[in-house]
Amino acid sequence: MATYSTNEFKAGLKIMLDSDPYSIVENEFVKPGKGQAFNRVKVRNLKNGRVIERTFKSGETVEGADVVEIDMQYLYNDGEFWYFMVPDTFEQYQADANAVAEAKQWLKEQDMCVVTLWNDSPLSVSPPNFVELAITETDPGLKGDTSGGGGKPATLETGAVVRVPLFVQTGEVIKVDTRSGEYVSRVKE
Amino acid sequence: MDWRPRCALDVMHERAEMLIAVRQFFQQRAVLEVETPLLCHATGTDPQLDFFSTRFNDPPDNPRLFLQTSPEFAMKRLLAAGSGCIYQICKAFRNSESGRFHNPEFTILEWYRLDFTLQDLMQEVAELFEHLVLPRRALQILPPISYQDIFQQTTGLDPLVFDLPMWQAFVRRENLHEAIEICVEDHGVWLDFIFSHVVQPKMKAGCLYRVYHYPALQSALARIHPENPRLAERFEVFVDGVELGNGFRELTDADEQAQRFDREVAWRRQHGLPEVEKDRRFLAALQAGLPECSGIAIGLDRLLMILLNKTSIDEALTFPVTRA
Repeated sequence: MATYSTNEFKAGLKIMLDSDPYSIVENEFVKPGKGQAFNRVKVRNLKNGRVIERTFKSGETVEGADVVEIDMQYLYNDGEFWYFMVPDTFEQYQADANAVAEAKQWLKEQDMCVVTLWNDSPLSVSPPNFVELAITETDPGLKGDTSGGGGKPATLETGAVVRVPLFVQTGEVIKVDTRSGEYVSRVKE
Repeated sequence: MDWRPRCALDVMHERAEMLIAVRQFFQQRAVLEVETPLLCHATGTDPQLDFFSTRFNDPPDNPRLFLQTSPEFAMKRLLAAGSGCIYQICKAFRNSESGRFHNPEFTILEWYRLDFTLQDLMQEVAELFEHLVLPRRALQILPPISYQDIFQQTTGLDPLVFDLPMWQAFVRRENLHEAIEICVEDHGVWLDFIFSHVVQPKMKAGCLYRVYHYPALQSALARIHPENPRLAERFEVFVDGVELGNGFRELTDADEQAQRFDREVAWRRQHGLPEVEKDRRFLAALQAGLPECSGIAIGLDRLLMILLNKTSIDEALTFPVTRA
């Protein structure tokens, strides 16, 4: 894997720190007029998402992390692993619960996701920003209420629970923003 | 194309007014404005300064010329030649320096005062800041504080006593344990690390700090304190925790200056840095006699940035290096 000098540091660069892959969030050059130069960086741990600060001596080199993001289709879950496929090559990857993490509640078979690979194994999964999922259970709403005010919980086919307007019924398909976990609209079949 | 200036158009007016105010300040004090070359045959040996150099098409030697990292040597040659008190507003260039507070090309205000002590010059810096900053924003001018005091007050460590286990324990407590690997056993690097990561960030916003008597190992071109060889007669100026200037009771001893150059040249060689020759004309001027004086350089782009409450130097520049 390539190594990077501190003067190549920029947001988005993937580097290895303490045996974990990190992505640089912010890089600040710190140098007294007379004295040693440093790079103070904010980095995100790609395994757990935690952001930490770390200083390097300017000019130092750091090992790059073999991290790539690939568009893949979600296939199925066998109870232990979630399976994804690269459409062009049919190459399949299995991701464990750590890697799919919060994304699993939005995964619907056939949907395209971004899978982050570290040394060729899935590190994390990002669902599409918007997904369309059917409601499997919600309280019947009041007749004639189309205002959307108030809202009620609805369980979706993937197991996710979101707040929906009172007029939305079991069996309907809705559009959800996965970044906020919020209801966007009903989807006309 | 990003052909437009990076700074807002009113910043250009603010800069012009700042320059007028600087010139007024020194004219009232009968300090002479001078100009010295940006392109020079020699440059500083400071291993922490990276330079730009080029070839001058002047056969047969086609000498290497440097863009100056500071006008200090040339201005001291003027002082040795009898110029009296002088100031200059000029560009300086430092390679590899780029970031929120750094542009590789920047504007310096540098001035020298004959027979001024460090105290006198710190007083004049306060007056200049009152003159430049107060009409535009609030600024509390704090009394000068020694490097040892501010270091000790913020960290509990004595900067003059290099107690490695204590310093290692300190950075672990501050969650800065990487300092242990970076600084190893180098007292100077430890000081730079702790000062920039702990002391500067804890300076109160809206206050002018003048930090004086740096440890002797960070003397740069300052005289060593005649009564206390552990201290250098050097001070730095900070506002909002940002370093704005660096002043010295100037070293006038030509032999000591030559020795400091030799040490830095050797350090460069040992660490594989580009070779630099010591500036012989500057040393000859010291030999001829530099009058007793104090001098300081202030970064004007950073000062403008602070004046206008901007958060990066780019916002004070028309065309920062990325669009120059």
